[in-house]
Amino acid sequence: METTNEGNAGIISTQYFTFAQPPDEMKLENGETLGPVTLAYETYGNLNKERSNAILIVHALSGDAHVAGINRENGDPGWWNTMVGPGKAFDTGKYFVVCSNVIGGCRGSTGPSSINPKTGRNYGLNFPLITIGDMVNAQKRLIDYLGIKKLLTVAGGSMGGMQVLQWMVSYPEMIRSAMPIAITLKHSPQQIAFNEVGRQAIIADPNWKQGDYYGGPPPVTGLALARMVGHITYMSDQSMEEKFGRRFRSERVKNKFAQDFEVEGYLQNRGTHFVKRFDANSYLYVTKAMDFFDASNGKPLAETFKGLKAKVMVIAFKSDWLYPAYQSREIVRACKMAGLEVTYCEVDSTYGHDAFLLETEELTHLIGYFLEKLFRGEVTAEYEI
Amino acid sequence: MKYSLEKIETIAIAEIVMPKSSVLDLGCGDGTLLSVLVKDKKCRVQGIDIDEQAIYKCVARGLSVMHGDIDTGLSEYGDNSFDYVILNQSFQQVKKPDVVLKEALRVGKEVIVSFPNFAHISARTQIFFTGKTPVTPSLPFAWYNTPNLHFLSISDFQMFCRKSNIQVSRSVFLGSRHRVRFFQNLLALTGIFVISNQGRE
Repeated sequence: METTNEGNAGIISTQYFTFAQPPDEMKLENGETLGPVTLAYETYGNLNKERSNAILIVHALSGDAHVAGINRENGDPGWWNTMVGPGKAFDTGKYFVVCSNVIGGCRGSTGPSSINPKTGRNYGLNFPLITIGDMVNAQKRLIDYLGIKKLLTVAGGSMGGMQVLQWMVSYPEMIRSAMPIAITLKHSPQQIAFNEVGRQAIIADPNWKQGDYYGGPPPVTGLALARMVGHITYMSDQSMEEKFGRRFRSERVKNKFAQDFEVEGYLQNRGTHFVKRFDANSYLYVTKAMDFFDASNGKPLAETFKGLKAKVMVIAFKSDWLYPAYQSREIVRACKMAGLEVTYCEVDSTYGHDAFLLETEELTHLIGYFLEKLFRGEVTAEYEI
Repeated sequence: MKYSLEKIETIAIAEIVMPKSSVLDLGCGDGTLLSVLVKDKKCRVQGIDIDEQAIYKCVARGLSVMHGDIDTGLSEYGDNSFDYVILNQSFQQVKKPDVVLKEALRVGKEVIVSFPNFAHISARTQIFFTGKTPVTPSLPFAWYNTPNLHFLSISDFQMFCRKSNIQVSRSVFLGSRHRVRFFQNLLALTGIFVISNQGRE
């Protein structure tokens, strides 16, 4: 059983932190207000006496607060279980790890599927447009609430990486280091385009009904289609070739346009699996937040991280074509221009964007050592590999 | 105790660097030199290397290191961003040494360059008597697997500095056991130069 495995973070219950009770609602970046706001979060390990060992892990588009261990209610393993736990890269024997679901999400934090206290009904499209900045502002409230003044690091891949960059910009004095992984300072037209295809698939689903589908059948066809497109962009040409080749599925339906190939079956499967745990409106809101994100906020690159003192480790993956390495190098460039101590590694992986969840060995080495040396504040003449 | 040539070089370069200075090491390898500079000289250091395994080793030592190409990776640094830019045995391995050196001189107040001397007596005799590409303690590779793209002598480099108005403020010449004080272009295996743009200091 996984639950008894050594090195696992154990059985974890999700916790909830509610703030911004009216009339002290949370001010959003677009000027609107939101309240009350609930964040679903999980913690692992113990905060030390000096409160110097706290780490915030931030999740990607479809992630949630459950980063490690086994969920008490449903038995699910965490989305980064390979990286977070005793003796792992984010060693919960040494560090106090916090992970929370983003606002706008649908995994316990306030989002479009939550009940609007003003109407007693689900927000739907009455939910305000949120930004990556809003997500981070909400996380900051949680970190304050947990009594943490300074984080040892903020780390995350993909959209998690955007939140890391936002932390660097919004709360530079609160972080000792930052790890943006497989991400960009801002979306390129190609990245916006893929997100837009996903959104249009949801919007075109007749069950979407202007986002007012709660209580009726949800737009699962559109959401599944959005997820299928997403999964194509998360893999690489080579990883698809290795995983599926041109193999046919074992059970094939006699139908002209049935899913004959394994790759087709896989995508369909990912899509139908996804709709069980994700809300279509959240998909719209969160992808929009990603598209609007710009770490430099229109300023010249050199001014992006001005005043920041944190050590930064940027990680990219060679076969990632959704967030190509040149975009990570741009982050590194901004760090260099700000005079930051920056580490950059372009990991030779064939997994595509998914590599940030799958290249455990390389990431464990980089993150494990980076944290250990930072935490102990040392440089050693010898290394053990 | 007998040190390898690499170790002697590391010690020689570390001796040159002033305590508490900022250092950019171009082609830092596994970070041996940088970790010495941090531990013994309390320097603030940054490395660059093109080899992924080198990055893992540097991170394991707790060094800040960038995975990248030094032929193109310096443009975003402002003038005089570092007290020292170091090209330790990487100078002869870049595609365009003249361009990299110019950039290094712009980014660093001083540049420390070390390279193997192609005109060492052992190399000269090998070419003369055997007619084959020389293999020496500082040029230990065969012609087909060498990482070196350029082969220069100590005289070549000195001439280049004169021609390019580069000021040599200090030079150290290493043999296999000790420093070489005379006939350096003939007897030194490795040359280490501390250089800067003329007229700067």
